[in-house]
Amino acid sequence: MARPALAYIVGAYEHPTRDAGDKTMAELQADVALGALEDAGLNREDVDGFFCGPDAPGTGPLSIADYLNLNLRHVDTTNTSGSSYLLHVSHAAQAIQAGKCDIALVTLTGRPRAEGRGKGGLVRADNPQQPDYQWEQPFGMQILNMYGMTAMRHMHLYGTTSEQLAWIKVAASHHAQHNERAFTRKVHTVEEVVNSPIVCDPLHRLDCCVVTDGGGAVIVTRPEIAKSLKRPLVKVIGSGERPQHQQGGYFEITTSGAAWSGKIAFEHAGVTPADIKYASLYDSFTITVLLQLEDLGFCKKGEGGRFVMDGNLISGIGKLPFNTDGGGLCNNHPGNRGGMTKIIEAVRQIRGEAHPAVQVKNCDLALANGIGGQLGVRHASGTLILERE
Amino acid sequence: MSERKYIEPQPSAETQAFWDGAKHGKLLVRSCRACGKAHWYPRNHCPLCSSRDLQWIEASGDGEVYSYSVMRRADPPYVMAYVTLAEGPTMMTNLVDCNADHIRIGDKVHVRFIETADGAHLPMFSPKGKHND
Repeated sequence: MARPALAYIVGAYEHPTRDAGDKTMAELQADVALGALEDAGLNREDVDGFFCGPDAPGTGPLSIADYLNLNLRHVDTTNTSGSSYLLHVSHAAQAIQAGKCDIALVTLTGRPRAEGRGKGGLVRADNPQQPDYQWEQPFGMQILNMYGMTAMRHMHLYGTTSEQLAWIKVAASHHAQHNERAFTRKVHTVEEVVNSPIVCDPLHRLDCCVVTDGGGAVIVTRPEIAKSLKRPLVKVIGSGERPQHQQGGYFEITTSGAAWSGKIAFEHAGVTPADIKYASLYDSFTITVLLQLEDLGFCKKGEGGRFVMDGNLISGIGKLPFNTDGGGLCNNHPGNRGGMTKIIEAVRQIRGEAHPAVQVKNCDLALANGIGGQLGVRHASGTLILERE
Repeated sequence: MSERKYIEPQPSAETQAFWDGAKHGKLLVRSCRACGKAHWYPRNHCPLCSSRDLQWIEASGDGEVYSYSVMRRADPPYVMAYVTLAEGPTMMTNLVDCNADHIRIGDKVHVRFIETADGAHLPMFSPKGKHND
């Protein structure tokens, strides 16, 4: 297929650690940046565009650019929480097309385990200057209960069950068993998921992602440079983004921003959901995956519960293999931000470098999607469509 | 089980009237004179039509449960909810004085105000009638 390339992902690296007690955030940034450059066959001096989130310590990109000694002509610190890194790849492709940079480095790092965060649920960076603060924080708004309310309403509107949501975790766990670096490699059953303690109705403990340290990085570049390197060609052929929120009080929380970002990306790429061989779907919680499946068009609205049953997301068994690294539900959700690892596993699948037990045959078209922020109140969806050339 | 502690709302000039009304048991909602619609949360501009010609109206206090989730692992557990007001918009709130196991989406609820340690009055909702005891 000869679709116009936006840009190519030529380097991808996932940090092997899941517990970074012995590393600083800056060291993690260096590890992932140099790891992705090595994977691409490029050098630090080649980088002229740097894309990072607020996880990079310092003022925007400045401290890490200094620490890594990057000589840059383009920077972008878009922050939509966990989906930032999908937007970064899209923005990098646009910057490359506009001639603003040639070789873009995108990083993510985090160490919530080392810092003792992520388990208590009450650590938030909300600021009273946020216009929403006084209408949400006094009521105990947390990540968990926003996703809980989304799942509850989906169940109410469409009859979705806890057992159906559990299938999403089961599928991720089937993949994670093959990943020696996965935070947990235990294969779960539907019964185990629905019998794990409820943390926030209707979500069980095993409906939630893992809390891990580490991170990852990707390198994005223009076609001439990509073709001069020795790596398989992973072409970005579509991208879309959509911040979604409360719309002045008139909203439907069971429709995520993926309904918009996916449509934009598919139209951009000139392909349809039926063409996709593999999908990396943001899996902060099982309900997050269910909404993306519907909103991206892999099934009709309300049919996500039936779609995920009976192993339909398991590689080699189902129609739509997802998160073959074990996803955020089992493998890695570094810094409580799962966007980067979604991109990396999609790149592995397109390259044919996923674990042989989960590699999708002839995986020439893949999708990666991120949902950053909180479903149910404010989030941004970012969609990428990747093609093997 | 501990007593619930609330984060204080920190009113602003834009919202002080709401919190003053709450102290007197009134649920005030911002309504737009230009498009006729109420919005949530209250702003000095209409997020629906961009008009700045707004008024405070006293809501009936009636609403329906749009969704909810019981924060089981909090101490004490509490019921996070969205309630769709009779005036139109849906607001984030809590359900109180109810049996969490009996709540259903669509239940009719009515506002009541819960006082924080610093004396703010938070608009929360309880089921109407006795069916939820």
